Amino acid sequence: MTVSTDALFQCLLRLGDNTLILGQRLGEWCGHAPALEEDIALANTALDLMGQTRHWLTLAGEVEGKGRSEDDLAMLRDVWDFRNVLLVEQPNRDYGHTLMRQFLFDHYHLLMLRGLSESADSRLGDIAAKSVKEVTYHAERSAELIIALGDGTEESHMRMQEALDRLFPFAGELFETDAIDEDLAQHGIAPLPSSLRPAFEAQLDIVLAEATLSKPTDSFAHKGGRTGFRHTEHLGHLLASMQWLQRAYPGAQW
Amino acid sequence: MSHRHFGSLHAPNAEMAIKNARDVYTRRNEGVSIWVVQANDIAASSPSDKGPLYEPAEDKVYRHPSFYKIPDDIGAM
Repeated sequence: MTVSTDALFQCLLRLGDNTLILGQRLGEWCGHAPALEEDIALANTALDLMGQTRHWLTLAGEVEGKGRSEDDLAMLRDVWDFRNVLLVEQPNRDYGHTLMRQFLFDHYHLLMLRGLSESADSRLGDIAAKSVKEVTYHAERSAELIIALGDGTEESHMRMQEALDRLFPFAGELFETDAIDEDLAQHGIAPLPSSLRPAFEAQLDIVLAEATLSKPTDSFAHKGGRTGFRHTEHLGHLLASMQWLQRAYPGAQW
Repeated sequence: MSHRHFGSLHAPNAEMAIKNARDVYTRRNEGVSIWVVQANDIAASSPSDKGPLYEPAEDKVYRHPSFYKIPDDIGAM
């Protein structure tokens, strides 16, 4: 028995919506980052994520078989149809929050892509294998900055701890596992998110120790994004700025 | 491998300098290898010494190996 079309479609939306929404968030810093080097580095990361989004959502449209393109999926769905985790839609706030969000996502993302590059479905495997190279760099970079700022000045340490305290409760959703994930894992399409958690925690502990930051002990996790049950209020605002042009001038071309 | 100067940037340490250089200067496939050097560690000639340092070479055309006849069967060199 093959995996259900709907499970595969949901899987691709989850992958593509994560990279789309985080890419859009990072793009908000373009021209505003605290230093030129950071500005360009974040824009590069955003563009990597957008490139990955195009692959995931194009494939999602093909799998769905209703003739929707990558652009249709990105620009013409509303909040309740998005399947990204809540973490990536959280606002940038200060640079510390932006980097902490990136750090948490990058390390999950890298593990997920490594697993996906072994996928029984070579269409997913190929996209993942290409993305792993980009994300390996993202993960290295964000870890280094977390260490530099966590173990930096009193002010930078305080801000990074604050960012960790606020964002860590959004990390749990990355590893949430539902019937769709079970179906995908059974058919060798994608790793079970829950199976990635030990490696994630181990990596997190190493980096946070070096950054002199303390991981929150409460295991409460905000969730609802990847199942589409409930997004935070931030996603609608993000979509408004991302989608307004296609909404106001339907079919407008570059 | 020959390296050439590409630009300058800010970074807190050498590792981040390489990463920043990668991000700022190799976005369009310009590089396969990066060297970074702290600006403090570069000794440079002074622009005001330009005359004595470089002008004397201007009228010494005989230092260029351009006066040899190359046999046709050698082809382009």
